[in-house]
Amino acid sequence: MKRIFFLIPVASIVLIGMTTQQIDKKVMDRGKKVYSQYCSPCHQADGSGVPGLNPPLEKTTHVLGNKSSLIKIILKGLNTHEEINGETYNNVMAPHNHLTDQQISDVLTYVRNSFGNKASLITVAEVKSVRAKTK
Amino acid sequence: MQRMMFGPLLFFLFFGNPLKDNVQLFTNESNQQLSVGSGLRLPAGFSATVMADSVGKARHIIINKNGVIYVKLSKLLNGKGILRLQDSNSDGIIDNITGFGNYIGTGITIKNGYLYASSNAEVFRYKLDSNEEVISPDEPEKIITGLINGRQHNTKSLALDNNGNIYVNIGSPSNSCQEIDRGVGSKGKDPCPVLDSAGGIWQFKADKLNQTYKDGVRYATGLRNVMGLKWNEEVNELFVVQHGRDQLDMFPEFFTPQQNAVIPAEEMFMVKKGDDCGWPYCYFDVQQNKKVLAPEYGGDGKKTTRCEGVVQPIVAFPAHMAPNDLLFYTGNMFPAKYKNGAFVAFHGSWNRSPEKQEGYYVVFVPFKDGKPNAAWEVFADGFSGVETVMSPRQAQHRPCGLAMGPDGALYVTDDVKGKIYKITYQGN
Ligand code: HEC
Repeated sequence: MKRIFFLIPVASIVLIGMTTQQIDKKVMDRGKKVYSQYCSPCHQADGSGVPGLNPPLEKTTHVLGNKSSLIKIILKGLNTHEEINGETYNNVMAPHNHLTDQQISDVLTYVRNSFGNKASLITVAEVKSVRAKTK
Repeated sequence: MQRMMFGPLLFFLFFGNPLKDNVQLFTNESNQQLSVGSGLRLPAGFSATVMADSVGKARHIIINKNGVIYVKLSKLLNGKGILRLQDSNSDGIIDNITGFGNYIGTGITIKNGYLYASSNAEVFRYKLDSNEEVISPDEPEKIITGLINGRQHNTKSLALDNNGNIYVNIGSPSNSCQEIDRGVGSKGKDPCPVLDSAGGIWQFKADKLNQTYKDGVRYATGLRNVMGLKWNEEVNELFVVQHGRDQLDMFPEFFTPQQNAVIPAEEMFMVKKGDDCGWPYCYFDVQQNKKVLAPEYGGDGKKTTRCEGVVQPIVAFPAHMAPNDLLFYTGNMFPAKYKNGAFVAFHGSWNRSPEKQEGYYVVFVPFKDGKPNAAWEVFADGFSGVETVMSPRQAQHRPCGLAMGPDGALYVTDDVKGKIYKITYQGN
């Protein structure tokens, strides 16, 4: 990634940073660690979830879509049991507001770029700003 | 009974599906043998066939005296929540499928001329004629209503005794009664307030209409979620198998994920009126072989305060395997060792990562005089269709309900693809 960035103007760095799929390996490694400890019991190591209980995190609207609502799900948990791709899930997800902004940014970036997902990273600043508004 | 609606299903059964290839063959002489066609591995002398496929999320099952099958569905199929399945030409394959009941659920059973079935909040019954056929499928009597339906653990398993009582499991709508359900480090509510209306077995009258909590008796408490619930006719007592607690590692100062994967047992109890089996304050630790105080209530994996008086399990199965049904074998087809013993259908675990998942099979527990008298063993395996299940979605089939046919055959439902397996014994 560094090599490409080296040759192009600053403006495109931001643009590419937001859309490129080559997320820094260090971020992915940290994100995977958070995921294994706090998410994979329910959503499973491969993101496939548990039929009827915990939804998969593969290409769902929440995972790939609006970043603030995704961050909010981590901070506040989820207990709405809306349909996700035609199925509902009976378990509850507790708030994970004990995770730091860094951990949340890492884990969501990891989720958005694993299990067949490809989406932009989520920054610490974005998590901080949503946390400030979600009290 | 709106037979037409199942046209597509019947079409599938006859034309889309290789059920006709259900040859019963044994491939070798080892203890567990592959029953070709069903994909199940069974002890020598047993074989399995698939009687029906794609009948939806097939949960509990009951067979009438003529071999007609009733299955409760946890998702409507063509608008129906109960299926009636018949093998009218006795070739081992279901050829007549009809449905009734517009509610989803799990519990279904037959007793004294009635078919009983539950939604996740109510219990209904249907009068049967002398052939044990439902007389008015669209006019059930509602006998119990208004039960807690908390999504988690909301299925209402049913059992009846010989004194006109019906027993209903009302599962706890949480894992361990925490202030924040499944929250890392969250304390347990003390006392756990939900125990007055859930987390136990309630007893109602089998023939009284519109009963609510005030008409029922909390027969046993401290049971997180019971799906296997049976009246044992031999000793005239209620037996239950509980889904034990999840996620001990929400308290990482005391438990690693690996410890969570193996410690908290799935317990079988004989329960008597007034019994307290310990949830949410205590769980059974399979390694220490005793009840231990839960971390939500100050436990550290060793303390046993609050757990001394609680009822002990008669069998402690490995953690998280999800016992979804219980059946006492009273038939004459299987060898003598099976008589009055218990079959338990394990739906299979999800909370054992990073270890591989466990369960996804039917086990047998030998019994004598109403007590287990030897170690349990895996009876029917191979439902998942894969060597190792790391995450539950990899399992192609998961055993859920158990029933015995009039000939003594054992029936098992699968709620992933909707297979109905029939297991018979021919001898060697
Ligand atoms: C106790 C089990 C559990 C844990 C632990 C858990 N979740 Fe969830 N999660 C759920 C359930 C259940 C839902 C759906 C709740 C509903 O439908 O109301 C859900 C929903 C979601 C959703 C939205 C639905 C979708 O599939 O797009 C996302 C995203 C998500 N979780 C991510 C995470 C992440 C990231 C973690 C770890 C930080 C995590 N979850 C930890 C159980 C859990």
